[in-house]
Amino acid sequence: MRNVVWAMLPASAFAVYAFGLSVFMLLVTSTAAAVLTEHLLCRWSGQESTADDWSAAITGLLLGLTLPPAFPLWMAFVGSVIAISLGKFAFGGLGYNTFNPALVGRAVLQAAFPAAITTWHPAFLEGRFTEIASSTLALPFMEPTYDAVSGATPLSAFKFDQVTTDSADLALGLISGSAGETCALLIVLGGIYLVARKMMNWRIPVAILLTVYVLSGLMHWVDAEVYPSPVFMLFSGGLMLGAVFMATDMVASPLTSKGVVVYGVLIGLLVVVIRLWGGLPEGVMYAILLANALSPHIEKALQPRVYGTVKKAKAA
Amino acid sequence: MGLFNFGHKTFRHGIHPPENKSDTNGLPIRQFAFSPLLVLPVAQHIGAPSKIIVREGQEVMRGQLLAEAGGYVSVPLHAPVSGRVRKIANVPTAKGEMSTGIYLEAFPASGQEVLETEGIDWATATPEEILQGVQNAGIVGLGGAAFPTHVKLKVPEGKHCEVLMLNGIECEPYLTTDHRVMLEQAEDIFMGIRYLLRSTGASRAIIGIEANKKDAAEHLSGNIPEDMPVTVEVVPVKYPQGSEKMLITSLLGKEVPSGGLPIEVGVVVVNVATVAEIGRLLPHGRGIQERVVTITGPGVEKKGNYLIPIGTPLRFVLEEVGVADNVSEVYLGGPMMGMAVSNLDISITKGTSGILAFTDNEVQRADKVYPCIKCGDCLDACPLSLNPSQLGILAKFEAYDEMADNHNLMDCFECGSCSYVCPSNIPLVQYFRMSKAVVRKRAAAKKDAANV
Repeated sequence: MRNVVWAMLPASAFAVYAFGLSVFMLLVTSTAAAVLTEHLLCRWSGQESTADDWSAAITGLLLGLTLPPAFPLWMAFVGSVIAISLGKFAFGGLGYNTFNPALVGRAVLQAAFPAAITTWHPAFLEGRFTEIASSTLALPFMEPTYDAVSGATPLSAFKFDQVTTDSADLALGLISGSAGETCALLIVLGGIYLVARKMMNWRIPVAILLTVYVLSGLMHWVDAEVYPSPVFMLFSGGLMLGAVFMATDMVASPLTSKGVVVYGVLIGLLVVVIRLWGGLPEGVMYAILLANALSPHIEKALQPRVYGTVKKAKAA
Repeated sequence: MGLFNFGHKTFRHGIHPPENKSDTNGLPIRQFAFSPLLVLPVAQHIGAPSKIIVREGQEVMRGQLLAEAGGYVSVPLHAPVSGRVRKIANVPTAKGEMSTGIYLEAFPASGQEVLETEGIDWATATPEEILQGVQNAGIVGLGGAAFPTHVKLKVPEGKHCEVLMLNGIECEPYLTTDHRVMLEQAEDIFMGIRYLLRSTGASRAIIGIEANKKDAAEHLSGNIPEDMPVTVEVVPVKYPQGSEKMLITSLLGKEVPSGGLPIEVGVVVVNVATVAEIGRLLPHGRGIQERVVTITGPGVEKKGNYLIPIGTPLRFVLEEVGVADNVSEVYLGGPMMGMAVSNLDISITKGTSGILAFTDNEVQRADKVYPCIKCGDCLDACPLSLNPSQLGILAKFEAYDEMADNHNLMDCFECGSCSYVCPSNIPLVQYFRMSKAVVRKRAAAKKDAANV
C-alpha cells in the first residue's frame, strides 16, 4: 500500500514548493495525527496495531492535500483524528469503512470550520520557505488571523464573479486552491503510476472525468456565457485529486468492473450538478461521499452472472 | 499451423501461474523401483471403501484381487506386486485420518507377469459390460479426483451423450504426467476411446490440450485411426482449464448448469490418462496396479515421470529420487489444488498425480494476513464469477447458510485462483473448503432428522 504514498509524493512535493513551509507542516501534521490515532485506537481496543500498514498514512496525507495551504494545524489534527476514528475505526477498521475516511474528516472540518476551510492562501509568495503563515500556528479554539488572503480559487472566482482562469495555469497548478489539488498534471502522473502497478482501477477516474467532460461540454455548448468550458471543469478544484486518489479507494468503491463504471459516472454527474447549479463552488467531496454510500447497492445490482446460472433466478 | 482448431472461445477469468513444467516434460516415463513393502488403504477413491477379501499371511499374485468394490460408487483393489499379506490394519492416509488397509510384502524376485481375467472386446461388448469392466479394473479418475470412472461414464436414463471429451489440459503447474502419457501411449488412448464411444453412445470425441503441449497434440492428431471420429483441439493456456466445466466452455462454448453434471449439456469428460488405462487394461481383463507420477520441484534430485506401483510409501519414493536436506514442504498433486503432506508414511494411491518437494528457499512462511481491501482481484480471477471477497467475509462471520443460499458457495470447486491473487494473503479457498464441509454436514443432519 505504500505505493499509494509514493504516487502522492509528486503532488505533495509540488504543494510544498508552491506554498512553502506552511504546507509542509500541514501535511506532516495530518499524516502523523492519522497514524498516531490508528495506533492508539488499536492499542486501546486491545488489537495488534495496524498503524504500520500505510493505510492510515494515506488517509492523513490525502486529508492534508485537500486542505487550504494556511489551514490551522490544530484543525488539521482534529480532522485526521476524526477521519481515522469516525471514518474508519468506527466501521471496523481497514476494509470495512463505508466512506473514504479522509473525506469524512474533511466533511466534518467543512461543517465545523466553514471560514477557515474556504480561506485561500496565495501561491508562490516570496519568503514562503522561511516564514510560516500566522494562521497555520493559530492556537486551538482561537480565531485564526490571516496575513495574506489570496483571490478566490478558480472555481469560486467563476461561480461568484464569472471570471475564468487560463487552462494552462490550471493544469500546471499556478493557481490558488487546496494544498494538493492545484497541479493536475502531477496528480495524473501519480495515477498512471498506480495503474501501471495494478493498484488502481483506471475505470473510476476515466468514468468520472469523461462524464464531467461530456456533461459540462454539453452545457457549455448550450450557453457558453453561463457555463464554463469542459477543460476548465476538468482541471479546476479538487476534481483530479478526487478522481485519482479519493474515488479510487478500493474499500469504498464497488468491486465489479461494471459497478465501478456506474459509480464513476455517478460521481461525475454529481460534481457537475453541484458545481453548476448548487450553492457551493466545489462538489467533489460530496459527490464522492454520496457515491460511496451507494456503492454497495451499485455492486449488488450489478453482480456478474455466476457460471451456469440464469440471471433472472439470481435476482429473485 | 492450421492443423488444430485454436480455441477462440474460452471461459471467463482465470489466472496464469508460472508453469514450471520444463524440468520434466521432456523426460520419458520410467519404471520406478519396487518397494519391499506396499501400503494399500482401501479408501483410495471417492465413495465406499473396498472390501478386503484376503487374509493375513496369504500369498497373492500380481494383479490378484485384494479387495472388491464396496458398492456401486466404489472400485476393487488389485495387488500391485506378487507377495504376502503381512498385516491388515489401520494405515495412514494423505488426508491425515487412518483408514483400513493392507500391508503387502513384495517377494524379492517377483516376476513381471500379471494375473489376467477374461478380456472385453470393444467391438462386441454392450455398454453395461464395458462399464462393469471399467469398475472391475479398479479405475478411478487419475487426474487427481479419484472418482470411480464407471459412475462418471454412466449416462443417466433419459439423457444423451453427444460428445466424449478427453481432458488432456493438465493446467496444474509442475505436473507433466498427462503430457507424457499422450506422447507415449497414443495407442492405449485410442483403444480407450473405442470403449468409451461405445459405452456412452457419443457420436464423436474431442481431445482438449493446452497450447504448452503442442507436441502431444501433434502426435495424437497424427495418429488418429482413420475410422474414428476424434478431433484434437488446442486451447490457450489458462488455469483452471482442466476443470471439466471450464473445459466444456472452452471447447464447446456451453455452460454446465449450476449444480449439474456435464451430461446436462450432452458431454462426458474423462481424464486422458484414465482413458489410456482403460484401453490398456480392458482387453486383458487386468486391474490397475501402477500409475504415472511426476516427481519434481526444486528439492528433488532425480526429477522425472515415473511409473510407480500403487501403495509405494512416500518415504521410499523420496529416498529413491533423492531430496535436498532443506526440503520443508512436500505436496501431493499440483501446487494449486494438491495438499501438503504431514506424514511421510502415507503411500502413492490411485489419485496421486504428482509429488512436489520445495525447500526453505521457496517456501515462504505464511505472510501476515491483512484485511480484505475490496480490490476485486479475486472477482476477476474466479472462473465461476463468484464473489470470493464477499464469501470470505461471510465465512469469517460463519454465515455458512447465507454463503450457500445466496452466494453460490456450493458451485466453488476449490481451484484456489482467489487465494492465489489475493494481495492481503487471505486463505480464501481454505475458508470455502471448510464452509462447504459445514454446509454439507448440516444438510446431512437435516436429512437425518427428517427421516426419523
